[in-house]
Amino acid sequence: MKYLMFVCSDTEPDTDRSDWPDVEAWVAENDTRGRRLAGDILADTSAATTVRVRNGELLVSDGPFTETKEVIVGFDLLECADLDEAIEVARTHPMAREGRIELRPFLNPDA
Amino acid sequence: MPDRRAAATATEAVATAAAGSYARIVATLIRVTGDWTLAEDCAQEALTLAWQRWPAEGVPANPGGWLMTVARNRALDVLRRAAVEQRKLRELAVLALTGAGDDGPPTEGDIVDDRLRLVFTCCHPALALEARVALTLRTVCGVPTADIARALLVSESTMTRRLTRAKTRIATAGIPYRVPTGPALTERLPGVLAVLYLLFTRGYDADGEPAFADEAIRLARLLDRLLPGRSEIAGLLALFLLQHSRRDARRDADGRLLTLDRQDRSRWDRAAVAEGLAALARATGDGPYALQARIAACHATAVSVAATDWVAVARGFDRLAEVQPSPVVALNRAVAHGYAYGPAVGLHLLGVARGGGALDGYPLAVAVEADLVARQGDRRRAAALFRQAAEAHTGAERRALLDRADDLAPPPPPDAVPGEEWSSALG
Repeated sequence: MKYLMFVCSDTEPDTDRSDWPDVEAWVAENDTRGRRLAGDILADTSAATTVRVRNGELLVSDGPFTETKEVIVGFDLLECADLDEAIEVARTHPMAREGRIELRPFLNPDA
Repeated sequence: MPDRRAAATATEAVATAAAGSYARIVATLIRVTGDWTLAEDCAQEALTLAWQRWPAEGVPANPGGWLMTVARNRALDVLRRAAVEQRKLRELAVLALTGAGDDGPPTEGDIVDDRLRLVFTCCHPALALEARVALTLRTVCGVPTADIARALLVSESTMTRRLTRAKTRIATAGIPYRVPTGPALTERLPGVLAVLYLLFTRGYDADGEPAFADEAIRLARLLDRLLPGRSEIAGLLALFLLQHSRRDARRDADGRLLTLDRQDRSRWDRAAVAEGLAALARATGDGPYALQARIAACHATAVSVAATDWVAVARGFDRLAEVQPSPVVALNRAVAHGYAYGPAVGLHLLGVARGGGALDGYPLAVAVEADLVARQGDRRRAAALFRQAAEAHTGAERRALLDRADDLAPPPPPDAVPGEEWSSALG
């Protein structure tokens, strides 16, 4: 199954700072095992642009589509056997402790 | 009336076979077809057919095998008739189903894995806790949706939606139909046991008794057998059995709740106590369920409140307060110490437990204080406290608390209490 892994910030990061995982090692490990197909870090939401079209009119505004304290700071595209494997991949990402991670399956599992 | 007797035997046989086989039929059909609703429907139809046929035709030699065969054939029928565009999927499932038939009866190992798979999938942490409880009751235990809804105090349509959502989520989120292995099993097991504990404690039937205690005990026995050497499973099974052994003594003839000191201990289920103690002997760890079971065992093996090893009970709550601290544990610790070392010690610990308002709005704390004050000899103040505790309750619990108050001291003038209690106290 394919999962889009949203990497998000969080106002309450892990207070335990021991054995902090290294993101480069995480990328290398999951790329090698074929579980990470793509991924990157995103620019700050101050660089975001929201686009809408209503009644044929283009509406462009600055900022993200919702103003929240927790924002998406990156993403990874995963290919995993099932949710348990995707959770195992997500839990070892440093942002699982610094922030939070949302796993969203593709609607069409064969995509 | 031999016919009626045969029918009664057949009815009993269906109930027994259902209790023993439902989970394995559903679990196997889910593994093979991947379709939760189809699996449940076919298992249910097999039971319905048994209700119809067994009274007239007699109970088959292997009731569980009969049900499995009927359910499997029914699933085959449905899949064969499925829409053409799903041909590929359908052929795979049909192949698997007929294969399961050709290879003779599945080995014990296959069945075991299927039921465990089902339990771990229903209790997956990616499902909401309420959904886990409902799904386990419906799919593993085969409890009708209407009964689950009634016991958990939601409408049947709400429960149906909750179950459908959970099953849909298993498919769309990619929740696997698998028993975790290695460290993952150790990590996931407490979540499964927590669902079993909720099953035992959350639902109540019309009499106010636990609605799903039997189901919880059956599942704990199953896990205990299939995952041997896991101390917390044995601890949970022991806790269930020891608590459940008191079910017939918990209420008087009028349905009033009776505290431990007022229960007729000859009505405790000795077989359940024995099985509970045997399970407890295997629970070596200091997990929260084993600790609670050890406390329950102190009560179960005592002939009276006075003969109870309260020092052991107090020690159990000391340890539980470290492992799983909560206001309720602190309250129970005060009760135990009150019996072990005297009411003054109990009142002191009750004061500590109440620190920071932890037990505010918790009427049981007032009843505990009342009991301790009564044992210190201040009957009038104890009676007033029992009446105060009763105000927060209705029904059987309220009456039980008012009875305690009336036993200690005559109630205050009639204008201060409802007439009924006043006249009953005089009579």
